[in-house]
Amino acid sequence: MKKSFTAFIRKEILHIIRDPRTMLIAFLIPVVQMVLFGFAISMEVNDVEVMVCAPKITPAIEAKVSQIAHNPYITFKGYLASDEIDRTIAANKALAVVVFSRDYDKSGEAQVVVDASNPVTAQTSAGYLTQILSGTTENPAPGITILYNPQLRSGYNFVPGIMGLIFMLICAMLTSVSIVREKETGTMEILLVSPIRPVMIVIAKMIPYFMLSCIDLAVILFISKYALGLPLSGSFPALVVTSLVYITLALALGLFVSTIVDTQMAALLVSGMVFIIPVIMLSGMMFPIENMPAPLQWISNIVPARWYIPAMRKIMVEGLGFNHIYPELIVLSLMALALITVSVKRFKIRLQ
Amino acid sequence: MAATEVITADRLTKRFGNFTAVDAISFKVTRGEIFGFLGANGAGKSTAMRMLCGLSMPTSGRATVAGYDIATQSEMVKRHIGYMSQKFSLYGELTVRQNIALFAGIYGLKKLEIKERCASLAESLDFTEEMDMPVSILPLGQQQKLSFSVATIHNPDIVFLDEPTGGVDPITRRQFWELIYKKAAEGTTVFVTTHYMDEAEYCGRVSIMVDGCIKALDTPSELKKEFKAQNMDEVFRSLARKAQRQ
Repeated sequence: MKKSFTAFIRKEILHIIRDPRTMLIAFLIPVVQMVLFGFAISMEVNDVEVMVCAPKITPAIEAKVSQIAHNPYITFKGYLASDEIDRTIAANKALAVVVFSRDYDKSGEAQVVVDASNPVTAQTSAGYLTQILSGTTENPAPGITILYNPQLRSGYNFVPGIMGLIFMLICAMLTSVSIVREKETGTMEILLVSPIRPVMIVIAKMIPYFMLSCIDLAVILFISKYALGLPLSGSFPALVVTSLVYITLALALGLFVSTIVDTQMAALLVSGMVFIIPVIMLSGMMFPIENMPAPLQWISNIVPARWYIPAMRKIMVEGLGFNHIYPELIVLSLMALALITVSVKRFKIRLQ
Repeated sequence: MAATEVITADRLTKRFGNFTAVDAISFKVTRGEIFGFLGANGAGKSTAMRMLCGLSMPTSGRATVAGYDIATQSEMVKRHIGYMSQKFSLYGELTVRQNIALFAGIYGLKKLEIKERCASLAESLDFTEEMDMPVSILPLGQQQKLSFSVATIHNPDIVFLDEPTGGVDPITRRQFWELIYKKAAEGTTVFVTTHYMDEAEYCGRVSIMVDGCIKALDTPSELKKEFKAQNMDEVFRSLARKAQRQ
């Protein structure tokens, strides 16, 4: 029995190596996504072009302007007259204009005019400027200390999200397609007539994709650490264990899909629509779960990534260990267990 | 001589809801026999065959294959049979050698045996450089012959062939039947379904299924005598004409 099992695994590995598309999905997607999200797609607002309008330039105003000019996220573009403000912003020559009042030295009044055609940049830039303007020498602005991600780098936020996405993609999509392909071509029937047990077919299918995912995990961690500069200061065993549980869960989902559909196209669609989109929309990867309407928050609880991604954030960004992630780990393990049981049962029933 | 009976079916029945696909069929097949299993599309022959292979559970009745009960000992049945489906079902992107190694491995053959089997198959199929080509680029006839060889790689007691020669030209079909004869002469029982009536003539005994029941079972020459027919085609037509379901 062991011999037939190894023969089968060898064949699965051959399939993967022989099919350039699988290799492409397995290795190119993680790297491209990491690089894209880590470098190109950035939620940070940099190089905010700011101009200043002041009726007369006093030393207090000069001090503020020099603070603005020295802020790393702001590019100071000079002074302008009050009647030029609208035109300058309309012509995209400045994103924001700071208007100091005539009696600024006494009242400390100032106004920020900002181009909100993109609300995200507008809000962030206004935030930078109010932070600078709100403090005076006598009453400095409340100090803000940003923990865990002091530079507010978006890579810190995205890497756990990408991990949640990539494992779903590789494990669920590739396994479901590879099992359904055997149904489509008719080889599944031959396997079922052979003495190899159905459970063994399923496990043999999962092992190569499990190995592939482990390699991907290593690649992602390597890129996070050395290219994106993530601290990865949390417990490494906790990181690996949680990821392996999530990978197993994704494999079980792939198997489950393969028991309900009969064509590769349907397998692709189901894993794409039902798994990938919730990971992006409902896991907290892009949009905070706390801000969702209550029904969506309930639904999000059944999305595995909604448990995996926060756990990864805690470990990778906040530097925590097992004792802070056990609720997530327990939920993920239970989900994995339930799915494996249901799928293996369904897989057997289909033979009747 | 119970020992020589490798397949026995006793009132074997399969129902799907109200539909009786196979209706209490009984027959016996002896060792080394080439047993033709004929019937129009939908007559129930595939369902019967799937039950005998352990892919489907009978609703009632019983059957033994290679001495094992198909309902309770299907794992043992699977070890003693080979199966070739009407769909080409080797792994197209793997080479001939890899396919042989895979199925030989699944049936638990040892490394050395696999090597020997590869060599003898290469000779009997007249393959040389084809051994390391992906199966998908071989011509259909070659693929079918390879499928048959792979289905019998572990020298099973019985091999089930489900319309093995569909879409194959007459010359290749002839060669294919030579393979079947050779295997039968070695003691393997061949259980074959077909649509080609000329192939029915090659079988030792033939059963004809109509509407889930076996309507005739005998040697081709006896059947022709009984139905006063020139060939098997006429025998088949006179029976199939009475079919209720299409």
